[in-house]
Amino acid sequence: MTIRTPSPSHDHHDHDHDHDHDHGGATHEHDSLVVEDEVGSLLAQQMVDALQALLIRRGILSAGEVTMEIQNLEAPGTHLGARMVARAWLDSAYKQRLLRNGKDGAAELKIKIGEAQLVVVENTPALHNVVVCTLCSCYPRSILGQPPSWYISTAYRARTVREPARVLEEFGLTLPLTTAICVHDSNADMRFLVLPMRPVGTEGMTEDELSQLVTRDSMIGVALVVTPSR
Amino acid sequence: MSSLATTMNRVRFSVGDKAVVADLRKPGHVRTPDYLIGHTGEVIQFCGYFLNPEDLSIGRTSGPMVPLYRVQFRMETLWRAPQRHPDDRLCIEIYDHWLMPAIETGSDF
Repeated sequence: MTIRTPSPSHDHHDHDHDHDHDHGGATHEHDSLVVEDEVGSLLAQQMVDALQALLIRRGILSAGEVTMEIQNLEAPGTHLGARMVARAWLDSAYKQRLLRNGKDGAAELKIKIGEAQLVVVENTPALHNVVVCTLCSCYPRSILGQPPSWYISTAYRARTVREPARVLEEFGLTLPLTTAICVHDSNADMRFLVLPMRPVGTEGMTEDELSQLVTRDSMIGVALVVTPSR
Repeated sequence: MSSLATTMNRVRFSVGDKAVVADLRKPGHVRTPDYLIGHTGEVIQFCGYFLNPEDLSIGRTSGPMVPLYRVQFRMETLWRAPQRHPDDRLCIEIYDHWLMPAIETGSDF
């Protein structure tokens, strides 16, 4: 299979041929390092599209099944992790069970964690936890959805294990010098959820109200949960 | 020839044990990052038995199951530089075959 590589900025001459030849011996100056097709798909995407088309044509998959699977992947979101955090803030017995076994704690709230085991790590005034995956993009997708692009970036992955305090400062989080930092490099069969500290001024709030305060970033550990301003 | 039951490698470390990350120089789907090679950490949790990702990535799904631990390292010794807090640390999962018992005197912890 050959893959066409027209450049998107190609309006200066109109042609419809493959780009794997040279013009009069000179290399194309607009040959791009990033291979894209006419709708901007990268090479890997083009290969996936070709494979998917083939599987559908052979009757091994249907387009509906692919759409359903994408929906399943995209359905989980931070609201699931936030519910677990809010429950843990309100119910100390639940919190202990959650810290002992995150997957069981999630199951109690009818939240299914499919990809791995779950370790819940608790922030305290003495210890702040932050999660990274240096080798790829391990992330508790069942309860936080898909990771943000910065989580997958090489900068975040390389720097968080090396200089976590500086990374946190760039997120706007300056920890007191009395708080130690624990970096969790998540690379194998566990996934990690940070249990943030409950902010002051939230006494009397319901589980629903509390869960609204819990952000994705606070459950990765690059932010705190802040007191709502009224 | 092959047994139906997946074999399980023996658990060699207990919580509190010191262990050194081995330099196995293995290619492939290795889950132990280079920056830990040769460093001494403390086992803080036994996570259970899992199929080795190095095997799984090349289609070997029959085992053996290998023990997985969570191991913590002091940031100060890991990066050989003073940290903002003496208890700053890094925790990571490591499969059993990547760990060697530490000689107590050379321990980081």
